[in-house]
Amino acid sequence: MAEAIETVQASQPTTWAGRFLDSDVWASFKRSRLTMAAAFVTLLFMASAVFAGLLSPQDPFDPAQLELMNSRLPPIWDAEGQMPFMLGTDEQGRDIFSAILYGLRISLAVGFLGVAFSATLGISLGLIAGYVGGTTDAIIMRIADVQLTFPAILIALLVDGVVKSVLGGQLDGATTLSVLVFSIGLSFWVQYARTVRGSVMVEKNKDYIAAARLIGLPAPVIMFRHVLPNVLGPVLVIATINLALAIITEATLSFLGTGMPETMPSLGTLIRIGNNYLFSGEWWIVAFPGIALALLVLAINLVGDWLRDALNPKLR
Amino acid sequence: MFAFIIRRALQAIGVLLAVGIISFAMFRFAGDPVNQIVSLDTPAAEREQVRRSLGLDDPVPVQFARYLVQAAQGNFGISYQFRQPVSTLLAERMPATLELAICATIFATGFGVLMGVYSGLKRDSALAKLFQTISLIGISLPTFLIGILLIYLFSVTLGWLPSFGRGDTVRLGWWTTGLLTLSGLKALIMPSVTLGLFQMTLIMRLVRAEMLEVLRADYIKFARARGLTTRAVHFRHALKNTLVPVITVVGLQFGSVIAFAIITETVFQWPGMGLLFVQAVQNVDIPIMAAYLMLVALIFVVINLAVDILYTIVDPRLRTTIRQPA
Repeated sequence: MAEAIETVQASQPTTWAGRFLDSDVWASFKRSRLTMAAAFVTLLFMASAVFAGLLSPQDPFDPAQLELMNSRLPPIWDAEGQMPFMLGTDEQGRDIFSAILYGLRISLAVGFLGVAFSATLGISLGLIAGYVGGTTDAIIMRIADVQLTFPAILIALLVDGVVKSVLGGQLDGATTLSVLVFSIGLSFWVQYARTVRGSVMVEKNKDYIAAARLIGLPAPVIMFRHVLPNVLGPVLVIATINLALAIITEATLSFLGTGMPETMPSLGTLIRIGNNYLFSGEWWIVAFPGIALALLVLAINLVGDWLRDALNPKLR
Repeated sequence: MFAFIIRRALQAIGVLLAVGIISFAMFRFAGDPVNQIVSLDTPAAEREQVRRSLGLDDPVPVQFARYLVQAAQGNFGISYQFRQPVSTLLAERMPATLELAICATIFATGFGVLMGVYSGLKRDSALAKLFQTISLIGISLPTFLIGILLIYLFSVTLGWLPSFGRGDTVRLGWWTTGLLTLSGLKALIMPSVTLGLFQMTLIMRLVRAEMLEVLRADYIKFARARGLTTRAVHFRHALKNTLVPVITVVGLQFGSVIAFAIITETVFQWPGMGLLFVQAVQNVDIPIMAAYLMLVALIFVVINLAVDILYTIVDPRLRTTIRQPA
């Protein structure tokens, strides 16, 4: 026992990475096999999305590379399967494996950007509501209350529809992506705002804030430089769980036909396309994007659950 | 308690007003209503005429008041794509959505309570662990993937159930029902399961947690000490007390069920309000979107209010705590 204490003291870490490896969070990560597997799957998906161009045998967005000769090929383990189309092809001769990698890239991009947007919006509004208080606080939190009455998917659909009607006409892939990020951001900000506001109300009565005010720092500097870093813990947990939610929301919108177009498909769009071929026996067009989406969401959820427990020792 | 109900009712009206403003803003500013009525080559003077006849040159508050009055009378304007009154379109499709939502809720409550009670009583059994796994999958899998999976299993592979539509319906006054025909009932099974699965996992987890909690309570020990049968203790004493929060959750979730029916209806091409709404979003049919928003808001608010009031009646403990300002 004494020996153990001694070694801990002897190896007192000084660097940032050293402190992380010594922390409770890392220890609880190493203890849970399921979390390690989930984190591995998540990282694998992210890496394959980033390196989609190197990993995939064809560029599914480039019509010149598609040949109708290769359309509707089954996966490689089927007698009619052909290399290099490991998971088969769709009706345009698009390689399913490549389409999944590129679709993953779009799904993850919308997910991350959506989370970043909603977190920025929610954190800012929560900081302002908590720090300024009074009428501003009341207005922001009442809007949050009203919005919380409705499921996020409904709000995302509405925002998506309204923005499209304001922009009008046919939208290109990049614009559609921004509209999706915008609508997802607007549907998920409330949770951040509520959490941050709650923490700010506690923090702002502490001495260091009084000191910052005394030396005459302006309110925005106090809010973002001094209060914000102290309320970020819970935000990280919400962001992880919301990443899975944002990816599901994007997939749902694309599946409903109001998200990414077929020329620039996300996982949801691929599932929508594949769904049309379910009855003619080409199950692989829908099955593999579906499995990819389910695995991704499950893995992120597991990591989020673990993070929530690890950062919140009270819940153990 | 009376003051509490009044305050909740005022909050409900506030929410409805806020949604009304959003819905009006969509209707009025996202897309010019005049352009939807006149053709491209209509001269400017005639456009002005239409604008005035629609009352679009009145002050905005006046227009808003008019919009609210008309909405209260069930007049939401004309759909751009169908050229029919939105209220007629919604009324035609409402029975389909309500039947689906009610069946999904019954399925979710029935199976959720059964599975929850079982895994609460025998928490270490293999079946209870299986239920836990199912609930994790039910929460992680997007609704539309579950629907597609069911269609592949039961329609494509086994050919037991229809994959789309409502089957044959019977008209009862203005209400159309699929509950009275065999094909209607068969068509209802898969959409209800798909829609109810998420709620089922929610109820199952809730009942399980509540059962574990209640079984530790003193009055259960006392009931056992009195020599009551295990069955009576579990079902007459324990289960009864777990059901109060279940009723609340089922009630509050009913609004979400109607909103999530959007996805289920699209997967199964179910001719309800949700499918109408998705088509409206795809075709930028603002009057339908605005009206659907108002309708869903009304359903949500009425249910929330009803649950609040019911709760104070069912659970006497709340009546004393409510008097303190929340």
